[in-house]
Amino acid sequence: MITTSGLTKVYESRGRQVTALDGVDLHVREGEVFGVIGQSGAGKSSLIRCVNLLERPTSGTVTVDGVDLTALAGKSRRAGRDLRRARSSIGMVFQHFNLLSSRTVKDNIELPLEILGVSGAERSRRALELLDLVGLADKAKSYPGQLSGGQKQRVGIARALAGEPKVLLSDEATSALDPETTRSILQLLRDLNQQLGLTVLLITHEMDVVKTICDSAALMQKGRIVESGTVSELLATPGSQLAAELFPVSGAHTGPDRTVVDVTFHGDAATQPVISQLSRTYNIDISILGAAMDTVGGRQIGRMRIELPGRYEDNVVPVGFLREQGLQVEVVEETLTEETVVQGAATLLVKEGAK
Amino acid sequence: MTWSEMQPLLEQGTVDTLYMVLWATVVTVLGGLPLGILLVLTDKGGLLQNLPVNKVVGAIVNIGRSLPFIILLIALIPFTTLVVGTFIGPTAMIVPLAIGAIPFFARLVETSIREVDHGLVEAVQAMGGGIPTIVRKVLLPQALPSLVSGVTTTVIVLIGYSAMAGAVGGEGLGSKAVTYGYQRFDTTFMLVTVVVLVLIVTVVQLIGDGVVRLLARRGRTA
Repeated sequence: MITTSGLTKVYESRGRQVTALDGVDLHVREGEVFGVIGQSGAGKSSLIRCVNLLERPTSGTVTVDGVDLTALAGKSRRAGRDLRRARSSIGMVFQHFNLLSSRTVKDNIELPLEILGVSGAERSRRALELLDLVGLADKAKSYPGQLSGGQKQRVGIARALAGEPKVLLSDEATSALDPETTRSILQLLRDLNQQLGLTVLLITHEMDVVKTICDSAALMQKGRIVESGTVSELLATPGSQLAAELFPVSGAHTGPDRTVVDVTFHGDAATQPVISQLSRTYNIDISILGAAMDTVGGRQIGRMRIELPGRYEDNVVPVGFLREQGLQVEVVEETLTEETVVQGAATLLVKEGAK
Repeated sequence: MTWSEMQPLLEQGTVDTLYMVLWATVVTVLGGLPLGILLVLTDKGGLLQNLPVNKVVGAIVNIGRSLPFIILLIALIPFTTLVVGTFIGPTAMIVPLAIGAIPFFARLVETSIREVDHGLVEAVQAMGGGIPTIVRKVLLPQALPSLVSGVTTTVIVLIGYSAMAGAVGGEGLGSKAVTYGYQRFDTTFMLVTVVVLVLIVTVVQLIGDGVVRLLARRGRTA
């Protein structure tokens, strides 16, 4: 639905060149919620703003719903009629809502319809319908200044949907909201994604957002996508930073002569209770040191750190059993170097989130 | 001078002053508003970035603002005669008044428009809105309270200018104060004229503030 290839954006300020995007290839499938996560300055904002060409990419192409927007834009700095029409079928929501304080909630939602040249009666009908959809039917005549942050973002979402877009871009839509409101807005986005088949591309610095609603995710660093894929693909990738942050596990060896392994469930296998089967089949006691699991559509996704008695050499057969079940198994060395690295990365992102 | 002698002079003066100021305000807004918008749009990073145009318009506005009004008044006599047919009387005074106030108002408009959150412009661009839409539906409505304040300030400046115009063949309260108060050493009449001018300015300011408050009541926190 959204494809960028070789997307590059170089800003020039006072003779210095800053590369915000460095050859970004992104592919968002129709009907999925795709999250791009990264620290501030990683280029997320530039990326999402290049998708509807609010920002002109220095090179590379952007295709949305089969239309090459970069070709429509041409060389001119101003947005021509074709590009403007294409934009009107891409909804966008913003961190700071960007509602017109001089218009009522209903008039704000009608604005994109006015631009599309929809007649007054029809505009009014659509706006009320959308207000109902986002659960603010009683606020039509209020002004944005009278609403809470969460309500404003609902209006922002309703406005973004007015032109019946197939794609919704979300630029840190929940970053200015408290955790509870964030959850309700994410739930709304999820519902819209499922009810309307809306494709959502969102950028965020909050891992929770990705965890809550994303089907796929990409990690951005220094203007590049360093990891990308569906959540289960990421889990299946050994050493994936995103997977480690989405499903963090920890826990150290409880004593010598014990084997600690990380078991990754990536949805394609293991609908059976493998851990208890393992325990019964080989008559061993298993301790669960840590786990981060989710069940999505009856499939288990996540990671678990378990401890088996005996050295690794004694546990080759049980480990083989787990692998046979289609699980990914990694042995954790006693020094736990890997974990320290993962935790280091996690702390970085937490710090970022605190900003 | 007795009160019954003063009254017709004051009435005529007030009517002429209001007439000049009103029409000069209309012309100033019609001229200054587009100019102010142009200054914002053509500026660096603006939607219609065009630095040569911006510099030239900016320079003209600056020259207009730095000329003392009394000089402008005299310098414009040929132009005023060309437009109105005469350079004396209240109608003729509208020309220099408006030309004097347009650059001033244009700068006020520029400041007001610049204060509009750029995020709103971006939001409308993302909806597919073009520049005319952005100006009509975002910049002007969002800046409206601030623009109304600007108009109020401009009207008051014009009242001041119009008093000055009285010295150069205009009519109005200023001219009455000069002719009857200053040249005939009638201090009482002078004082009464000043009081009337103060009243007019106060009323204008009150009306302006009232309108701004009315517009701002819509809870303006984006």
